[in-house]
Amino acid sequence: MVATDKKVAMNAGPVDVRGNIEARKHESIFRRLAIHFKLYWQLWVFVIPSIAFVLVFAYVPMYGVQLAFRDYDITTGLTGGKAVGFRYFQQFFNDPMFKEILTNTVRISLWTLVMGFIAPIVLALLINQIGSSNVKSFVQTITYMPHFISTVVIVSMLNIFFTPGSGLLGRFFGKTSLLGDPNAFTPIYWISEVWQHVGWNCIIYLAALSSVDVALYEAAKIDGAGRLSLIRYVDIPTILPTVGILLILQMGSVLGVGFEKVWLMQNTLNITASEVISTYTYRIGILDNQFSYSTAIGLFNSVVNFFFLMLANFISKKVSDSSIF
Amino acid sequence: MSPARPAAAAIGDAPWNKHVQQTKTLGDWAVDVIIFLVLALIVVLVLYPLWFVVIASFSSPTAVSTGQVTLLPKGVSLEGYRKVLEDQRIWLGYRNTIVYTILGTAVNLIVTIPSAFALSRKEFKPRRVIMFLFTFTMFFSGGMIPSYLLMKSLNLLNSMWVFILPGAFSVYNMIIARSFFESSIPEELHDAARVDGESYFGFFFRIVIPLSGAIIAVIGLYYFVGHWNDYFTGLIYIRNQNQQPLQNVLQMILLANQANQSGGAATSMATMTSQNFADQIKFGIIIVSTLPLLVIYPFIQKYFNKGVMIGAIKG
Repeated sequence: MVATDKKVAMNAGPVDVRGNIEARKHESIFRRLAIHFKLYWQLWVFVIPSIAFVLVFAYVPMYGVQLAFRDYDITTGLTGGKAVGFRYFQQFFNDPMFKEILTNTVRISLWTLVMGFIAPIVLALLINQIGSSNVKSFVQTITYMPHFISTVVIVSMLNIFFTPGSGLLGRFFGKTSLLGDPNAFTPIYWISEVWQHVGWNCIIYLAALSSVDVALYEAAKIDGAGRLSLIRYVDIPTILPTVGILLILQMGSVLGVGFEKVWLMQNTLNITASEVISTYTYRIGILDNQFSYSTAIGLFNSVVNFFFLMLANFISKKVSDSSIF
Repeated sequence: MSPARPAAAAIGDAPWNKHVQQTKTLGDWAVDVIIFLVLALIVVLVLYPLWFVVIASFSSPTAVSTGQVTLLPKGVSLEGYRKVLEDQRIWLGYRNTIVYTILGTAVNLIVTIPSAFALSRKEFKPRRVIMFLFTFTMFFSGGMIPSYLLMKSLNLLNSMWVFILPGAFSVYNMIIARSFFESSIPEELHDAARVDGESYFGFFFRIVIPLSGAIIAVIGLYYFVGHWNDYFTGLIYIRNQNQQPLQNVLQMILLANQANQSGGAATSMATMTSQNFADQIKFGIIIVSTLPLLVIYPFIQKYFNKGVMIGAIKG
C-alpha cells in the first residue's frame, strides 16, 4: 500500500502532469482518463461519498418532482403514474386557500427578510465602534447565544412568556394570549427571529469590517471625518459587496419561510394568519397523503424562489458586478 | 447631528497636526454615549429572557407567576427539576438524541472534511463540475414529498438512519471548510510533502488534519447543534414514539396544551396552580435540554470568529 502511494505521488508533480497531458493530447480519451485516475484516485476516494449522498438525497428527490405532473401510483412511487399535465397546479391556483396561503407566506417572509437583513448590519456597525476588544467579545458572546437554541425551545419560551396574566410579557396584554391573535403572529414571528439570529448573522459583516485598512480611518480623520462620517464613508462602503451577495442569497427565499417555527407557533386561533406554503404542503401531503398535489405546491414554491434568486443575481451583476453565478 | 463640522474647521487650520484629531469633539462624545447605550440595551434584551428562564426554573412557581422573580431566584424550589428527571420520556429522548447526534456528527465530518479537501485542490480539474452539482442543490430542491417518498422506498421511515444519512453532507459546511483549506494551507506545504514522497492520503492525514483543528471544531459544532436541535426529521419520518429524539419529546410536553392555553385565561384557583406548576416544569425542561450546548459553548466559542470569517470572506 505504502509503495503504491509513493509511486503515484512521485508521478503527481503539477509540471509533470501538465507536460504529460500536453504530450498525450493526441492519445485516446480512455488513456487520458486512465492517467487522470492514476494521479488523482485518492482525491476521488475523498470526494465520492459526498457525491453519492448528494445524488441520492438531493437529485433523486429532484427527479421525483415529476410527481407534480402525474397521478400518484403506489406501485411506482417516486416516478409517479399517469401524466396529468398541469392539473395539480391549476387545482392549487383554484384552491380557496390559495390567496390566504400566498399572502401569509409573502407577508411573513418579507417582514423577516427585511428586518432580519437590516438588523445584523446595524449591529455589526455598532459593535465595530467598540474600542476595547474585551467588551467587543463580551457583546458578541452574548448576542451569538440564542442562535444555538432549538426552535422548539424558542417557541416554548414564547408560549410561557405570553401566558395571559402571569407571563413575563403576557401580563401586559390583557386576558387573551397574543399567540392566538392573527394580527400578532407576524410581528411575534419576525421579532423573535431577529432576536435569535441577529448576533450570529452579524459575524459576516464584522469579518468584512475587520479587513478595513487602519490607514483609511487615519486618512479620513485627517480629512476631518467624525465618528458618524467614518461609518458613513468608510465602514458602509466596505461591507457593501458583502451586503449585495447576501441580499441575492436572501432573495432566493422570498417564499421560503422556515417550516418548523411556523408549524410550532400555529394554533387554531391564529391559523388564518399562519398557514403558509410549507405548512400547507405538510398538512395535505404527509398528513392527508395527497402526494401529487402537495408536490406541485412544493415545486411552485421552489420555482418562485429560484426565479427571484436569478432575478436578484442578474440585477446585481448589472448594477454592481457582484454575483454568485 | 453633524459631528464632522467642528473637527473639519479645526483641521482646516492644520491638516497635518495629529493632536487635532486626537481630541474628541462634542459630537463624537455624544455618538459614543449613544452607541454605548444602544449596545447595552441590546445586550440586556438578548440576555434577559435567557436569564429569566434560568432563575424561574429555580424559583417557586407562585413567585414566578405573580411577577416577583426579576433578577434573582425567589423562594428557591427544585421541584420542577425533580419532576423533569423523573420523566421517563425525557430520558429516552435524551438517549436517542445523544446517539443520533454523536453518530451523525461523526459521519458528517468523515464525509465533509475529505470532500472539502479534495475540492480545494486546484490541480483536481473535475472540481468545477462537482462544485456546480453541489451548489445547485443549495438553491433548488425536490421538496418535502419527493424526499418523503424516497425515504419510504429506502426503508428509512422509522429508522434511526434517517437522522444520520440524508443530512450526512451539507454543501454549505463543505464550502466553509474548503475555503479554509484554500486560504490557510500554504501551497508550499503540499510541494514539500510531495518531495517527501507523500501521497494525497499522507498529505491529508499527516499534515492537513493536524493544522485544521479550528475548522473541524467549528464545522463539528454546526453539525452537532443541527442534530441536537433537529425537530423536522422526527416529525416527518418517525411515527414510533420510542425513537423520537429529544426535541420531539419536548414538543409533546411543552407545546401539547398550547391551543387550550391560548383559548382563554385560566380562571379557577386550581387550574391556576397547576398551570404555574406546569410552567416550572417547562422552565426545567428547557434548561435540561439546552444544557449540553451551554456546556460546550464556552469551549468552542473562541473558534467562531475564526471559522466563520474564513468561510465568510472567501465563501
